[in-house]
Amino acid sequence: MAMVVAREWREIPGRYNLIGTKCGCCGRIFFPSRAFCPDCRRASIGKMEEFPLNRRGRIYSYTVIHGSEGFNARMTPYAVAMVLNDDGVMLEAQLVDVDLSKIEIGMRVRAVLRKLDEDGDAGVIHYGFKFVPDE
Amino acid sequence: MREVAVIGAGSTKFGELWDKSFRALGIEAGAKALSDANLGGREVDALYIGNMSAGRFINQQHIDALIADYTGFANKHVPATRIEAGGASGGVAFRQGVMAVASGMHDVVVVGAAEKETDMDDSSISEVLSATADAEWEAGMGLTMPSLYAMLGRRMVHEGLCTREEIAACAVNSHHHGTKNPDAQFRSEITVDTILKAEPVAEPLTVFDGAPISDGACAVILCPLDKAKEYTDTYAKVSAAEQASDTLAMFQRRSSITFEATKVAARRAYETAGINPSDIDVAEVHDEQTVGGIMALQDLGLYPVGKAGRAFLDGDTYFDAGRIAVNTDGGLKAKGYPIGATGVSQIVEIFKQLTNQAEDRQVKDARYGLAQSVGGTGSAVTVSILEAI
Repeated sequence: MAMVVAREWREIPGRYNLIGTKCGCCGRIFFPSRAFCPDCRRASIGKMEEFPLNRRGRIYSYTVIHGSEGFNARMTPYAVAMVLNDDGVMLEAQLVDVDLSKIEIGMRVRAVLRKLDEDGDAGVIHYGFKFVPDE
Repeated sequence: MREVAVIGAGSTKFGELWDKSFRALGIEAGAKALSDANLGGREVDALYIGNMSAGRFINQQHIDALIADYTGFANKHVPATRIEAGGASGGVAFRQGVMAVASGMHDVVVVGAAEKETDMDDSSISEVLSATADAEWEAGMGLTMPSLYAMLGRRMVHEGLCTREEIAACAVNSHHHGTKNPDAQFRSEITVDTILKAEPVAEPLTVFDGAPISDGACAVILCPLDKAKEYTDTYAKVSAAEQASDTLAMFQRRSSITFEATKVAARRAYETAGINPSDIDVAEVHDEQTVGGIMALQDLGLYPVGKAGRAFLDGDTYFDAGRIAVNTDGGLKAKGYPIGATGVSQIVEIFKQLTNQAEDRQVKDARYGLAQSVGGTGSAVTVSILEAI
């Protein structure tokens, strides 16, 4: 789906660098970043701190996708995973540079910057994080 | 608040209905429901319409005006409201209609719901479906709706809560009931083995774990319970119409193998209706993917965690098993999944069961029926309970 450039660049901190937020009241970490903490609500406004997420974690669950659309249709079969990172934050992203038959729950992975999508031949190229095995 | 009754219901056949337009489907369902309630149409005070994505499927926004116009209600300038909540659009529309009657704002309300998917190519349809997940952080990262359910399913198997075969058995149950529903898209039995050996979509799920692409429309008529007898002798009481929300993206939840919104909506619904899960005789659950059917039975409290899959595999969920009958119309898997129409389709089936009109799939002595409608991966859930009168 084609997006205008602004929709791409305003999400760069999160998508490229996994910058989330940490609540200054209760310490809960959020990704993607949130303007306030849903637990602490008004008390947290103005107290949300930028928090660079640990890029390493373990696979909580995964699947190999055989049917997809758009740019990703040409990537099939490809893996996606739910990853509990070492800060205890759950993330979802693709899992690449991996033998699809050797993925396991509990496997160590780390986030790297990769191409996610493109808006046709002349449009914006979307980058973001994907996971790779962390040997 | 006033007590509310369902006094009529109608459904089109579900399927790839290439000869029928969005308008034609809406009109057919509405006319069937009005005639079922013995209404001419002049009695109707308001319309509520569930629809997920006509804007993308047929390039038509302003569905409220379209439906009001082509069902003849624009003549009388009846207020019409369109509701979108992903896969729960129909469920939320039903609740809005119930609230309108309960509040005293309106007396006779039509809740309609329709989706026309097959005017679009298959790949684009999947893209629209994935847009009910988080477009930025799930769909935009290459995740699809089946892949989200697949990860839940794999984790459930990993934790020993069910087996892959039990997950597949949810579709076996839906197909079995589909053979008995003339409106169903699929009217053939399926086996666990066929499902497991089919083309993979998102491992371990295959093409037969997922509900199909469908067109279809449904409608129900509501009025105050104490006025129902003025129109018909076959009506059911709405004992509860509850709704709950959760994070848009699945990964932001504290628990990943339950839909908390289902639990919360169900708890409120049982409380409002003054009953326990064990009082339910027949349930319609959102089996968009088989995994969702297993999760529903557990989250609704109809089975303990770890026992729902076995119930499907053992056939305890069949209409004539004498236990809680599940998805007696074929569910989303076999009746079909015209997304926005589904939540109302479930109410149509519960209404038929409680008024003894379910013919070959009639659950004996059904008193309480429940319908669970899910948007996205449990980001919006409605749980409604109807009671036989």
